[in-house]
Amino acid sequence: MIFDRSTACSSGIVKLDDPADAQTIVGAEDVNLKANAVDYVRAASVADAIALLERHGDGAKLIAGGQSLLPALNLRLSAPAILIDIARLTELGGVSPVPGGLRIGAGCTHAQLLADPLVAAHAPLIGRALADVAHPAIRSRGTIGGSLANADPAAELPACALALGASILVRGKEGERRVAADRFFTGLFETSLAPGEVLVGLEVPLAPGAQWGFSELARRSGDYAMVGLAAQRTGGDTRLAFFSVGATAVLARGAAAALAPGVTAATIEAACHQLEADLPSHADLQASAATRLHLARVLLRRVVGAWVAA
Amino acid sequence: MTAIRLQVNGEAVAAEVPARLHLADFLREQLGLTGTHLGCEHGVCGACTVRLDGAIVRACLVLAVQADGSVVETIEGLSDSGEIADLQHAFIERNALQCGYCTPGMLIAAQDWLLHAARPDRAAIREHLSGNYCRCTGYEAIVDAVAATWEGRHGR
Repeated sequence: MIFDRSTACSSGIVKLDDPADAQTIVGAEDVNLKANAVDYVRAASVADAIALLERHGDGAKLIAGGQSLLPALNLRLSAPAILIDIARLTELGGVSPVPGGLRIGAGCTHAQLLADPLVAAHAPLIGRALADVAHPAIRSRGTIGGSLANADPAAELPACALALGASILVRGKEGERRVAADRFFTGLFETSLAPGEVLVGLEVPLAPGAQWGFSELARRSGDYAMVGLAAQRTGGDTRLAFFSVGATAVLARGAAAALAPGVTAATIEAACHQLEADLPSHADLQASAATRLHLARVLLRRVVGAWVAA
Repeated sequence: MTAIRLQVNGEAVAAEVPARLHLADFLREQLGLTGTHLGCEHGVCGACTVRLDGAIVRACLVLAVQADGSVVETIEGLSDSGEIADLQHAFIERNALQCGYCTPGMLIAAQDWLLHAARPDRAAIREHLSGNYCRCTGYEAIVDAVAATWEGRHGR
């Protein structure tokens, strides 16, 4: 027994010995509620979600895993009028090969991607980064699409998208468009998603033989990083995506150019020198701007330095 | 209000809930399953950890409406079934709890690790439990208890 009948009656809940007995039950109005009142609708398809977004306008918010949205709702930092639930849309799931790349459905959870053989084989950077995303009980719900659309400057996945030269796949009533990752993240929690559009996936170009690396510095396992680096080198082209360094993840282009002649101890130091110009000067409660720059250099030496040995 | 039907600790439940009600409050306030604790209610502390369709989740970060059609297992269910009796015994043996506030979430997260772990790696235990805060024990005894349970289950 999970509760007795008297409790069941007073709280308006009925335990069903036979699920076929389900009746409409009055929910408790006196329950301790934290979030603002909000309507809820489960989208039947991506097309339905797009139509619902158009119908409800600015007051609508998509919810998938909800691992960033629920804290914001519980703390009343976010108070949408209606939640459009896209968590169960199978068309947003799955990882599939496409010509020259890998398409990752926006609805894939972090846990699914950590276990996915295609991701492990063709986008190992993502798998490595996901191991540092929060904790198992959050990775089981949080989705890659949610992380990209939320565009938290301290999040790992936007930086991975930048480092991999990936494209964000976005669908609206006019159809689907692709946005290069370095044009997608436009500001603090801001993206180039237009009103009425749904982020449906990520397409990662294949980079056979690429060198890659990931590292982040956080005070506790699972915390947002003080500074992090997702990096990939294909041929002479290096992409160094730093996160938790400002309003968005940032590609360190000067540092990457310094590595163009080859990865050596000397070019790594030259790249470290370039970081001061590449990265915004960003201080917060966790670290001063000088500390951040120092830590970014530590990560660059650590991640890119491993390519020298390899 | 939205109608939901779900299975909680093996029992079918139907209810009407406001969309803003999270699963932990639904379990505690409407079903009286107060073993699911609430610490931070924004996903940091792990006290509200439950199993949802076999995977551990933060019950404060799941809306009750999103659990419609799902199978939920709480500490009451895991205790009553005996699934974690050995782990609970190890917690007592090692003094792996003091005030007990984190314990339900800690047990469920630890059981999740035990179900999948190939060896009793203490660093891996710490990593898996890193999202569950304990302010009493300093964690050492908890890691001891989880490692001892793994050894017990694997005949060591």
